[in-house]
Amino acid sequence: MITLKNVNKSFASLKVLNDISVNFEAGKTNLIIGQSGSGKTVLLKSIIGLHEIDSGKIFYSDRDFTAMNLKSRKNIRQEMGMVFQGGALFDSMSVEENVLFPLDMFSKMSDTEKMDRVNFCLNRVNIKNSNHLYPTEISGGMQKRVAIARAIALNPKYLFCDEPNSGLDPVTAIVIDNLIQEITKEFNMTTIINTHDMNSVMEIGEKILFISKGFKAWEGTKEEIFDTDNQALNDFVFASDLYQKIKKVNR
Amino acid sequence: MGLFEHVGKFSKFLVLVVSKPEKGKTFFSHIIKEIHKLGINSIGIVVIISLFMGAVIALQTAYNMQNPLLPDYLVGYTTRESMLLEFSSTIVGLILAGKVGSNIASEIGSMRVTEQIDALEIMGVNSANFLVLPKIIAAVFINPFLYILSVFVGILGGLFAGYLTGTVAVSDFIYGVQFGFIPYYISYSLIKTCVFAFIITAIPSYYGYFVKGGALEVGKASTKAVVNSSILILLSNLILTQILLK
Repeated sequence: MITLKNVNKSFASLKVLNDISVNFEAGKTNLIIGQSGSGKTVLLKSIIGLHEIDSGKIFYSDRDFTAMNLKSRKNIRQEMGMVFQGGALFDSMSVEENVLFPLDMFSKMSDTEKMDRVNFCLNRVNIKNSNHLYPTEISGGMQKRVAIARAIALNPKYLFCDEPNSGLDPVTAIVIDNLIQEITKEFNMTTIINTHDMNSVMEIGEKILFISKGFKAWEGTKEEIFDTDNQALNDFVFASDLYQKIKKVNR
Repeated sequence: MGLFEHVGKFSKFLVLVVSKPEKGKTFFSHIIKEIHKLGINSIGIVVIISLFMGAVIALQTAYNMQNPLLPDYLVGYTTRESMLLEFSSTIVGLILAGKVGSNIASEIGSMRVTEQIDALEIMGVNSANFLVLPKIIAAVFINPFLYILSVFVGILGGLFAGYLTGTVAVSDFIYGVQFGFIPYYISYSLIKTCVFAFIITAIPSYYGYFVKGGALEVGKASTKAVVNSSILILLSNLILTQILLK
């Protein structure tokens, strides 16, 4: 579980996060949603420590991340996996080397065990016969799946995904969403996904945090989203005709 | 950003760079890759530049010293001294600042804008140390060899130019190359080469590492890296020459 208590973050005079408090639960896909510029990427990057917060607390299973020194943070980071928006695969490494990299750096496995783990992770995300291809030689969907394989290589407790299905076609996007949800259940991870894709929200939104103008505007599940009176959330989620019709049907 | 801010930020960056590597085996294999990328892949350009520089120095010396009081072997002597003291270290350093420097700045800058550096940080890897230290060590190790190669090729270029144009006899040129040799000059130039190798790798790494934005900013960072590395090479050349040759 990851807990945020009164998190605030500013850049110069611009306050981006205002007093955010929330629990992200283990074994669930927790979604952070909001419009572009609402602060959701800053929130995600603050949770993982890429941005230092101004005030507040962030707990990883009761461990105070904000009070940790660099060494402790480094240790806890080995319990994290992250899937970046663009995949962030290392260009100079093949698919296999990308997944092998965290194992090479941080595990004490033998070479055979490492390769077994690499093949397990690649199989788990349905990547076959592409071990020696480079990131530029595979499709966007495959890059995302390799990024997921790399993120789970060290068997992390916490998985973070920044808009994992951006730039993907709807079918591949659903495949990626379902894959993340399956992996979350399978390994009982605390998964936080940053998205503004409404298909993802309806597909895998077991817990949803809605951020609006840097404030926590709403918190609930994908089922509860249909009954909310929160105007900002309604404007965001049911912006299209299609979703308005879906809302009417659900009500 | 002002000069002092850059100096402060660069100093903090160097503290991150010069820390204990995560894994010795991985670190060593990175150094070998960088030696290949920064050093071995630069042999071609170093040979071409040195060959022509040596040839031109020999011809210019020969044509400007057509005086019966000046012996012919001075052509060989001047070619050796020019290559040894200045051209093979400073000029090759400036050329490599362009070739290697722009390569490093754009490589690290691209990694920054595509979030690959963030990915390293999330894994708990000291990205500055992981990406930059192998480049610095590789360049400081391999550039002295490039310097020695450059001196030899430059002298050979001078020899061939003198022989092919008939401006100086081979025996006179070889005598000149051996005349009045001061071994300390090699130490002096090797020290300069190592300092330049550090500048050529550390400055572009700094500009690439802190790039913000997209492809346009990576290009700008690359240009800044080459310009500032070149200026620093010239400045340090002046300082080192004053310190080491006074």
